[in-house]
Amino acid sequence: MRVCVVGCGAVGSLFAANLAQLDDVEVWAYDLAQEHVDAINRDGLRLSGAGDVVGRVRATSIPRSLPPCDFGIVATKAMHTSAAIAATAHVFAEGCVASVQNGVGNEEAIAEHVERVIRGTTFPAGKLLEPGHAQWDVRGDTTLGPFEPRPAPLQEIEQLADACSRGGMPTDAVADARGPQWRKLIFNAATNPVGALTGLTHGRVCEQADLRRFVTALVDEGKAVAAAQRIELGEDPEDLIDHAAKPAVAYDHKASMLQDVEARRATEIDYLNGGIVRFGDEHRVPTPLNRAIWALVKGLEQSW
Amino acid sequence: MRTCVVGAGSIGSLLAAHLATVTDVVVLTRRAEHARALNAEGLRVSGRHDFTARVTAAADARDLPEFDLGIIATKAGGVEHAAETLSGHFSGATIMTVQNGLGAEEIVQAHGDWPLVSAVTFMSGTKHSDTHVEYILDTPTWLGPYGATPFERVQEIARLLVDSGLKAEALPDLLPAQWSKLIFNATVNGVAALTGLRHDEHFAAENDPGDLGHLVHDLVDEGKRVAAAAGVELHDDPWEMNVLATKRGSAHYPSMLEDIDSRRPTEVELINGALVREAARSGVEAPLHAAIYRLVRGKEASYS
Repeated sequence: MRVCVVGCGAVGSLFAANLAQLDDVEVWAYDLAQEHVDAINRDGLRLSGAGDVVGRVRATSIPRSLPPCDFGIVATKAMHTSAAIAATAHVFAEGCVASVQNGVGNEEAIAEHVERVIRGTTFPAGKLLEPGHAQWDVRGDTTLGPFEPRPAPLQEIEQLADACSRGGMPTDAVADARGPQWRKLIFNAATNPVGALTGLTHGRVCEQADLRRFVTALVDEGKAVAAAQRIELGEDPEDLIDHAAKPAVAYDHKASMLQDVEARRATEIDYLNGGIVRFGDEHRVPTPLNRAIWALVKGLEQSW
Repeated sequence: MRTCVVGAGSIGSLLAAHLATVTDVVVLTRRAEHARALNAEGLRVSGRHDFTARVTAAADARDLPEFDLGIIATKAGGVEHAAETLSGHFSGATIMTVQNGLGAEEIVQAHGDWPLVSAVTFMSGTKHSDTHVEYILDTPTWLGPYGATPFERVQEIARLLVDSGLKAEALPDLLPAQWSKLIFNATVNGVAALTGLRHDEHFAAENDPGDLGHLVHDLVDEGKRVAAAAGVELHDDPWEMNVLATKRGSAHYPSMLEDIDSRRPTEVELINGALVREAARSGVEAPLHAAIYRLVRGKEASYS
């Protein structure tokens, strides 16, 4: 089996390095950062933290150097999905492509260029430490399922999930992967921008009773949009929020969007709150608070 | 005729310097060195006007001579303390408030039975030092009677302001103007404080779905519903005030953003907070202003 990870940042590196542990999987990585690509080709792709592995991965920043692949795993930031998949789509003419990105709308962008698409949600997290070396902060599960408008066959999804699991990234193949995706979306859209706009860590947001109620109001709008699409969320996003507020879990965690804002990097707000608004409009569910948050974070980006 | 200006921030300084060209002016400051500097150097105005006024200043109310007109020009949060220091004295004076938000008059009323004049001001300035203020926007100050104060008294004060070179207008009922400014302020200051944007063209942009102008418009509409429920007819449409101000091209630096940038407490409690409380009193919902209020309070909490 040949897999190409498209966008080899922190999350892409977790998939690439772990899959490369398997004898029956050949792993390629497409990334624009030439230093990172060179380091991977020279020394392998190294993970440290929650797991210490070095994977033999072939990396390139040139799309035409990629061989035809059975699977793609897109792991870019959401705003780069279109450009990344447009550049690499020829590689997946016979293959299936999964998104393991944040937010909603990535599969739609992939499906503009690829026939068989996999909807994915992943919880493992980390950060790039230096070229060729990523820190693995959090272990967690991944869920893969067909992207309904342009679905990959379930058998192939199972094949990819099996490889990920054997490589050390526990992954489920399911018939409807929208639940986990929307649960994570609703959690992220209710917590990330509140941290980004106030500068508060997750735990401190939850301590301000007024602000915590506001987070719930954002969650409720997301739940209504999910319900209108008949999506079963499974576990309540509220429980994730309370769990994360515990001192031992993520009390002191600065939301990734707050880190983006502090570094003046573009955020994924269009695919988080912007995504909830877009799907809300499609299903005639009002989302005034998510709309407000979307506009505020866009405004924040415009102030730089 | 003698005027006492309490609080020498940018608005207080602009009022004191101009009025000093037509009446005796004493300034009550918070800091003793501020009073000493004013006594030694006078008060310089640059920008729209260019002159240096001679004023008498004191940091202790016991050092103040009797006066005919007292203008409380502190931030909204300073009114209580200002009224306390005047309490029991200056029985011949009329007291005027020029704060943002609502409720300054009630606070003053609780400390004495002076005739009261309400005012809202749209002029703006930047203080460059204790003795130098730049006059930036020469937009008017509106005055109206509060309680049983005769309208003639209000007209006299408005004339005095005009004679001193400022723009002013006496209105028989100030509430419509006060509410127009309240809604305008709650919207523009709140959005600026959270996005870091000065009051520029983004506030009027309504082209793309994520544009900030949509949120600004929604906040104004919500404010108008609160005004209507409170039985107030607005003097000016806050949305038109917003569009007009952004077209001037000067990108005003809203005071709440200034406060956030210097990590000072903001006036959000008396601006957005006042609007949210008025909504509750009239039995209407104000979820967007409540969201702005909570987020700005969260931002203040992030200082420590």
